[in-house]
Amino acid sequence: MATELWADWAFVSPSDVDVPAERDDALVLLFMCCHPALTPPSAIALTLRAVGGLTTAEIARAFLVPDATMAQRISRAKLTIKAAGASFSLPTDSERPERLRSVLHVLYLMFNEGYTSSSGTTLQRTDLSNEAIRLTRSLRAAAPNDAEVSGLLALMLLTDARRAARTGSVGELIPLDEQDRTLWDRETIAAGAALVSEALPMGAVGSYQLQAAIARVHSEAPSTDETDWRQIVLLYDLLMRLSDNPVVALNRAVAVAMVEGPERGLELLASLEHEARLQGSHRLEAVRGHLLERAGDRQRAVTHFLLAAEATSSEPERNYLRLKAARLTAAL
Amino acid sequence: MKFMLMMNAPSGKGGEYNVTSWPPEDLQAHIRFMHDLKRDLDKAGELAGAEGLAPPGQAKIVSLGKNGVPAVTDGPFAESKEFLAGFWIVDVDSPQRAYEIAARASSAPGPGGKPLVIPIEVRQVMQAPPA
Repeated sequence: MATELWADWAFVSPSDVDVPAERDDALVLLFMCCHPALTPPSAIALTLRAVGGLTTAEIARAFLVPDATMAQRISRAKLTIKAAGASFSLPTDSERPERLRSVLHVLYLMFNEGYTSSSGTTLQRTDLSNEAIRLTRSLRAAAPNDAEVSGLLALMLLTDARRAARTGSVGELIPLDEQDRTLWDRETIAAGAALVSEALPMGAVGSYQLQAAIARVHSEAPSTDETDWRQIVLLYDLLMRLSDNPVVALNRAVAVAMVEGPERGLELLASLEHEARLQGSHRLEAVRGHLLERAGDRQRAVTHFLLAAEATSSEPERNYLRLKAARLTAAL
Repeated sequence: MKFMLMMNAPSGKGGEYNVTSWPPEDLQAHIRFMHDLKRDLDKAGELAGAEGLAPPGQAKIVSLGKNGVPAVTDGPFAESKEFLAGFWIVDVDSPQRAYEIAARASSAPGPGGKPLVIPIEVRQVMQAPPA
């Protein structure tokens, strides 16, 4: 089996690769497909093809590109890996942590691709999320002692459970605080929650476990107001130690606002004003709009929701932001 | 035959296409209209592509700069009266069918639910010569 797979790499031509039956081979292949030398879109496409067993045509449809374009992308990805000197073997102990992070990152992006799609039919994109979940499950079976793998799977399940409530009748995005929670899939939530409990005591807590823990707090709350926001703030405090991603700080500001009031949240936003990575970001404006609304300043909230609408590149998000501004304006 | 149907929107604030000033139910109806149009074309097998474009505030003008480095400036020019809001590419049997679809797109509702009667530019996508 290993030699057949290696032959495929050496020839570097798209062909029908059998999905490896042995657990170890699948794991080796997963590590190879998520090689750090690849850009995430290439890694995602290659993983779907070589590990997921999707046809090139299916992957092309999922990403809304012509078949030939996707075939080329996958071909080039294989060439890149070959050029990087990758061999068909598991990473060494010293390489493993970084390589595993790479794999988890690719799977996370694949899930997100399916979860936040803005075009194409719903069915295609659900396939991507389901595929990401399936691959993460296999990874967990092959690497049961990696807490972050369990954390990522938990995060995917807890997020996926909200799918039915997330999109409005005309494809507009519905944020967490406005979702109809009766549409959440309780079985999937239970499975995700159990994984969070299982992963947390396993050792050093990583960012996927923390994100999953936050998702679990949301999933257990009957409503936005009855959510344990203090617990969420604590979890974000921990997450901020692991990551300097300003979006984490932004989300934390929302949580702090729920505990200490919107003015406090707005103060925290002011300190993110000069954060280069948030410049022109629709997220900062959207959060500001949200907090201003909560503070009762509807007029200014409208201004910032409209700024956010002009800054996003996601149509469902733009539709949501514009509708939000319109509804607030009507209530002025 | 493939045709590109282009929807232009007037630039600048004010005017009928300024969706941000519409009542919410009219905005909702407009969004629903576009959603349904795309869905119907897809179901009929006539949709070869459809995209909404990011607003002109996000647009850049790029040309070849010094030493082959892209020269990027903010665009489009402030004087332009219109910008391309989005397009559909339809795969149909005749120009007449393309015009029917364009007329439907043109009837997208605006304030008060009235059809906006947006002028849609229709151009055939060049194709290979017949065998």
